[in-house]
Amino acid sequence: MQKLDKIISTAIPLPIEDIDTDQIIPARFLKAVSKVGFGQNLFRDWRYTKDDTLNVDFVLNNQKFGGKILVAGRNFGCGSSREHAAWALADYGISVVISSFFADIFKGNALNNGILPLQVSQEDLDQIFETIFENPNIELDINVENQTLTIAGKQITFDIDPYKKVCLINGYDDIDYLLSIKDEIVAYEKGSNFSFS
Amino acid sequence: MSEKLTLFEKIWRHHTVKKIDETRDVLYIDKHLIHEVTSPQAFDGLRNRGIGVFRIDRIIATADHNVPTKNQHLPIQDELGRIQVDTLYKNCEEFGVELFKLGHEHQGIVHVIGPELGMTLPGMTIVCGDSHTSTHGAFGNISFGIGTSQVEQVMATQCLVLDKPKTMRITVNGQLERGVGAKDIILYIISKLTAAGGTGYFVEYAGSAITDLSMEQRMTICNMSIEMGARGGMIAPDHKTYDYIKGRKYAPFGEKWEAAVAYWSTLPTDAEATFDIEYNFEAYEIEPMVTYGTNPGMGMGVSDTIPDDQSSDSFVKSMAYMGFHCGEQLLGKEIQNVFIGSCTNSRIEDLRLVAEYLSGKQKANHVKAYIVPGSKMVEKQAIDEGLDKIFEEAGFELREPGCSACLGMNEDKIPAGEYCVSTSNRNFEGRQGQGARTILASPLMAAAAAVEGKIVDVRKSL
Ligand code: SF4
Repeated sequence: MQKLDKIISTAIPLPIEDIDTDQIIPARFLKAVSKVGFGQNLFRDWRYTKDDTLNVDFVLNNQKFGGKILVAGRNFGCGSSREHAAWALADYGISVVISSFFADIFKGNALNNGILPLQVSQEDLDQIFETIFENPNIELDINVENQTLTIAGKQITFDIDPYKKVCLINGYDDIDYLLSIKDEIVAYEKGSNFSFS
Repeated sequence: MSEKLTLFEKIWRHHTVKKIDETRDVLYIDKHLIHEVTSPQAFDGLRNRGIGVFRIDRIIATADHNVPTKNQHLPIQDELGRIQVDTLYKNCEEFGVELFKLGHEHQGIVHVIGPELGMTLPGMTIVCGDSHTSTHGAFGNISFGIGTSQVEQVMATQCLVLDKPKTMRITVNGQLERGVGAKDIILYIISKLTAAGGTGYFVEYAGSAITDLSMEQRMTICNMSIEMGARGGMIAPDHKTYDYIKGRKYAPFGEKWEAAVAYWSTLPTDAEATFDIEYNFEAYEIEPMVTYGTNPGMGMGVSDTIPDDQSSDSFVKSMAYMGFHCGEQLLGKEIQNVFIGSCTNSRIEDLRLVAEYLSGKQKANHVKAYIVPGSKMVEKQAIDEGLDKIFEEAGFELREPGCSACLGMNEDKIPAGEYCVSTSNRNFEGRQGQGARTILASPLMAAAAAVEGKIVDVRKSL
């Protein structure tokens, strides 16, 4: 997994609430057998119209906005548990999603794929949207270690689970952590067998 | 005095490799079942890291979700489906994972083959990239569904980093009426607790109405735990559990068997152990159940009327989708399809029950009815017992094993706008095909609906 300790980037504003994983990556793309390539279908049905032409009104198709940070309305990532939603964001190049609330399963899936779900208050979120729309070139400065987000001179602190913070900063996911305690796992196996198989 | 513990707590503690912090543990996983849809990216992950499967004797693969239920000996027609199944075969070969391919005598739905092969045992931790892994909990173990990253974690380390769920006990006492079965019990419980009522909990089912059930019926109960949002469900092991397991292919035998039973007998919840929450129900209150809406919590007794919940937008949307109105009964509603199958109800007892009911009867002309056995072994047994003849005479098609119309990933889809009385576990919009209208019910209720061509109360024709 990619390390994520500091990030300075412009952001893509998507002020829509309750964006579900079916919008992030539609079900018809789930028959794929690899994790790569989902980025090209990220928000597929918003990026393209029904006859497959580019929807120039959608923010991802707007040259003014870009970057590794997505700012979205509350309750981001609700709906099905498909991990493909996190894969699509990562594959597109998104490292941080800022919102005022995240659906539980998406949050876990994001963290397992090196994406920081950064939760701010509704007030701060509204302010961030306003600032970005006023100045699309403005850079947001996020420091995971200090748990701070700075935009236009204003600093906002955010919460993150301590275990997950260590994972993100070191580019660890749960697998790396588990691999690092392999000796303990082997010792556990020697000491106990409750499976009788 | 020693500490009083629940079945769940005992198994969880025995499998805790280490505590990370107050809420998080590293849990050891005894058995890992995989299938074609949620495993390919996990194998890729191992390849990228240059590592193999850590404990090759603890993982088993089968093809079930995306397979045809006709002509399984021929190449799969749907290209994407074929690629997914071929990818599973290649991955299993490369990593050395034991695999039951299409046509293999042990192939079938993951949650059907685990128990029938004696892989599913009491006291274990079992995972699979499928939310109905809770089925295995009927044997008194901790079983639950996981995401693809977690599939990779278990392949790589045989462990998971987990938040510990809270515990819930649901007790059902008393005797069931004739014509009412396990499926009705669980649909009744979910209708009372709602589709989100179990969120954050691991459920233990108890009481005389539960212990009276056979092992296969207990699996039907545990299977649907996830439909009330619970992480999983479990039932304490007893002599029925041991009798069911003994002699099966992967079951322990000889001295190991004796040791296993001695250990398993220590697992049931201690008399004074406490749960975070408890519910109690009476068996006599349970009727044959049907669902009327688009989540499994929207169920009612077959003689009830659809409740009024017009104030909720999602209720109104759901009624429009189903073509029903509040205040009406489902009794007498014409239906077009009957699907008997899925990991909820596709075992030999389900098929026997249906055959016994259908014997000498005919399905209604306008109904399309098919039965998809849960596994090759179930299929073979059904044929050996002559059930296939009864199905054929009744106008039912007996297909080859797989998930089929439970999720409609293959070609077994219900046409838009048509009703299907289904023994599966989810009635979500579009689950059985775009626009398909699913009514969840027991195998007996489904068989009766096929014969009458409409929803009927099966108790009246027994
Ligand atoms: S039968 Fe349905 S619920 Fe069961 S494993 Fe297959 S898809 Fe999942």
